[in-house]
Amino acid sequence: MYSDKVMDHFEHPRNVGVIEDADGVGTVGNPVCGDVMKMYLKIDDNEVITDVKFKTFGCASAIATSSMATEMIKGKTVDEALELTNKAVAAALDGLPPVKMHCSVLAEEAVKAAIEDYRDKKLKEN
Amino acid sequence: MIKYFDNAATTALDKDILDKMMEYFTDRYFNPSSIYTPSISVHKDVEESRKRVADAINAKAEEIYFTSGGSESDNLAIKGFAYANRKKGKHIITSCIEHPAIINSCKSLEKEGFEITYLSVDENGFIKLDELENSIREDTILISVMTANNEIGTIEPIKEIGRIAHEHGIKFHTDAVQAIGSVKIDVEDMNIDMLSMSGHKFYGPKGVGALYIRKGTNVTRMNDGGHQERDKRSGTENVPGIIGIGYAIETAYKDFDKNVKKITELRDYYISEIEKRIPDIKLNGDRTKRLPGNANFSFKYIEGESIMLLLDQKGICVSTGSACSSKTLEPSYVLLSIGLPHEIAHGSIRVSIGKHNTKEEVDYLIDSMVEVVSKLRDMSPLCEEEK
Repeated sequence: MYSDKVMDHFEHPRNVGVIEDADGVGTVGNPVCGDVMKMYLKIDDNEVITDVKFKTFGCASAIATSSMATEMIKGKTVDEALELTNKAVAAALDGLPPVKMHCSVLAEEAVKAAIEDYRDKKLKEN
Repeated sequence: MIKYFDNAATTALDKDILDKMMEYFTDRYFNPSSIYTPSISVHKDVEESRKRVADAINAKAEEIYFTSGGSESDNLAIKGFAYANRKKGKHIITSCIEHPAIINSCKSLEKEGFEITYLSVDENGFIKLDELENSIREDTILISVMTANNEIGTIEPIKEIGRIAHEHGIKFHTDAVQAIGSVKIDVEDMNIDMLSMSGHKFYGPKGVGALYIRKGTNVTRMNDGGHQERDKRSGTENVPGIIGIGYAIETAYKDFDKNVKKITELRDYYISEIEKRIPDIKLNGDRTKRLPGNANFSFKYIEGESIMLLLDQKGICVSTGSACSSKTLEPSYVLLSIGLPHEIAHGSIRVSIGKHNTKEEVDYLIDSMVEVVSKLRDMSPLCEEEK
């Protein structure tokens, strides 16, 4: 049902955890629906994402897409990270079953929510 | 080595039963409907198998009809009875936690003008007898309630349901697919008019089941063809399957006390260890009136498909009521019916222990469960919010 890459990221998720002094934090999803993703970003003065961590409640594909999304944006600038699409995350995992595509949408939304939080904080600082 | 804890899904066919079935595939392939000597002998063996099934539930051999399995038995019981009795009434009572073979048969009948009452269940999965009595109408023709639930293992008060049905002159069907081999059934004592069973749930072969139909209960056949199974079920008999189910049910009740004792002890050990070692969990179903092998837990803050797949990586087979294992993305309707919120229902795992499981396997399951739940909770944002 799942590709080897999905199973690899599910069993050995990259970047699980919390960043206590994160510059941006985004939470998306709903426990009622069975998926919640929380993403933490550390962003330097050049707007490069230097660290990223996540926590996810959900099925194997929710965990795998979170893990893959963190790998794909680490080291990227904020603007580059905003270009991340759910399709790119799914493709990097060698595809997802059709009913699980919404998990990749959540991963994209989690990244965007964390960046939005970062930009909101920035605005308030200035 | 696979550690198989999904015996409610299917069981391993007993090897000695397979041995007994084999000759009916090859040397004794004869059609039991033919009237030459080799066929007459096969016919006799089919009838002996019918007797074995009948004896196990205190029925008469001529009240047993072989089918392809539980779903076909349920369809024949519900639709076949409804069609044969539509002049008497159009109302049927069932429960909201029945197997899809019952629920969807009822849905089909609704499209044809029948009216169905789906009884609610309490937090342990029991139907309420007063709600049942209050649902009975002048035109109620049938009550169908499962003997035991496949997901949460709750054993319904079948004898009382049958008594209420008969007091009102209503026929009573029970889907006993999960119960055969785990619960003692006496169709006379329990006031049962029709009963469905499936061979592969009690170490028999797949593709064969039976429907008990009490003499005097009218049921219309669902597939047209020849006159096999006394005109109730056309089609050349699945002779090896029929031989298999007969020996399987005989074995199940011969070894009943020994197996149920062993399985219940293993299940209670699993339940007590999980409750001791893992916080924030809920046992679904009733603590005592449940199938001997069934243990269904909800693990808060995590999702069932993830638990199942991590256990699978350890060679353990279990099942989940999580939405993510379904095509609809809705969690199990049984778990929602007992009042679980969606987010708790998502995190449920059913373990169903069988006669081949050992204490060592259960210990491995418990240790693996502790490890997997802890790993997923470390990853869960819900866990962190709660603490």
